[in-house]
Amino acid sequence: MAGSREPAASRTSTAGVLLAPADVARVVDRMAHQLIEKAGDALADLVLIGIPTRGAPLARRLAARVAAFSGTAVDVGTVDITLYRDDLRLRGVRALEDTLLPAQGIDGRLVVLVDDVLFSGRSVRAALDALRDLGRPRAVQLAVLVDRGHRELPIRADYVGKNVPTSRAQTVRVHLAETDGTDEVLVTEGEGR
Amino acid sequence: MKRHLLESADLDRDDATLVLDTAAQIDQALAGREVKKLPTLRGRTVVNLFYEDSTRTRISFELAAKRLSADVINFSAKGSSVSKGESLKDTALTLEAMGSDAIVVRHGASGAPHRLAGWVRGSVVNAGDGTHEHPTQALLDAYTIRRRLGRLDGVRVTIVGDVLHSRVARSNVWLLTTLGAEVTLVAPPTLLPVGVDSWPVAVSYDLDAVLPKADAVMMLRVQAERMNASFFPSAREYSRRYGLDAVRMAALSDDAIVMHPGPMNRGMEIAADVADSVRSTIVEQVGNGVSVRMAVLYLLLGGNA
Repeated sequence: MAGSREPAASRTSTAGVLLAPADVARVVDRMAHQLIEKAGDALADLVLIGIPTRGAPLARRLAARVAAFSGTAVDVGTVDITLYRDDLRLRGVRALEDTLLPAQGIDGRLVVLVDDVLFSGRSVRAALDALRDLGRPRAVQLAVLVDRGHRELPIRADYVGKNVPTSRAQTVRVHLAETDGTDEVLVTEGEGR
Repeated sequence: MKRHLLESADLDRDDATLVLDTAAQIDQALAGREVKKLPTLRGRTVVNLFYEDSTRTRISFELAAKRLSADVINFSAKGSSVSKGESLKDTALTLEAMGSDAIVVRHGASGAPHRLAGWVRGSVVNAGDGTHEHPTQALLDAYTIRRRLGRLDGVRVTIVGDVLHSRVARSNVWLLTTLGAEVTLVAPPTLLPVGVDSWPVAVSYDLDAVLPKADAVMMLRVQAERMNASFFPSAREYSRRYGLDAVRMAALSDDAIVMHPGPMNRGMEIAADVADSVRSTIVEQVGNGVSVRMAVLYLLLGGNA
């Protein structure tokens, strides 16, 4: 991982590659193993719910890896949080994305929310509000590919792909093959996300 | 999106598609859940300002606003200070002074919502003005067609009946053509407006000739309350030439749908067994109306500070 980061950092001072494609795959594999280990006997009850845009394909990938490693198929869903956001007035309205829950619902199950970047924690708060309207899970956990710090709410992740100390001025971008054509995580200087 | 929704022409193809997509996502998000409420417009106030009678439109807007957690005030001209002679402008300014963020207005005078939009700071949504437009009805009709037939581009829609007095027809003509549908109007010559030849539509006087080619047939209500002259000899004759009965329905292609904006005159423009048939989307249209109006309120109000 360090090997892939160094040349990128020397290439330009404003854009750094945090995770290259192979790193993303390895990190997702590790998170899948952690999910299996922590879920234990509750694995069949597990539901991975992605937060659009990039949490959705990430949840599908995690589910595929969990199934591959454990032999147990796990349910996947997505919850669009746009209508639950507290910053609509600041940022304006945007198009909505899919909300798709497994047929059995989420009542009494172990729900793991999946997102690409954990920053202020406001997206996660909105997702928790949405979940409350959708059912009553036994427990809710959080999995993120990148934790970049700067929380504004008392929220922490249960599964973290990579911890990255950043300044607020930096932007962390996650690209996934499903949405962006390639797997990578970039840090750029400039307006914070 | 513009700040107001006053007529279908306020929506270009991208805006209209955004409204339909948003409605579809809202439908999907609320499907099968017990708490059919979203917190999106908490703390906003929507006023339903209705100068004309309405069942489904007012209730539909009220439900849409409530499902988005907005506060709703229903105002009907009957029983208000309007009977003491208060003008539309003064009424609207009074409501705004009390803190309304959006006004949903229905008025007997064509153009009343346009005037209103010039007086208030909040958003204005036209819920039907005279014989001019009823844009949210057209949006829910387009949404219904898209859901049933899977597309709008190239869909052949036939609108039948009292086009002259119909704001639903006007809004649908503009919106559906914006979205790529081909619209044919069928009506007796007396019930077509002057200047219809400049509209982007085909016109026919012969319902039977048009029906086999239609993907969707939209029957309009014969608006007796707006008819101050004799536009056709008798209700029976109108019904025989322009009403949709089971025999005519059989001429439709296999997956064509039958629509009506309501309220229906059963036995007049549409036969009871047609209205209750599997082709009929009339009840579905009402349900879709709530989702489409939620989408409109979200897109107009959600981002405004």
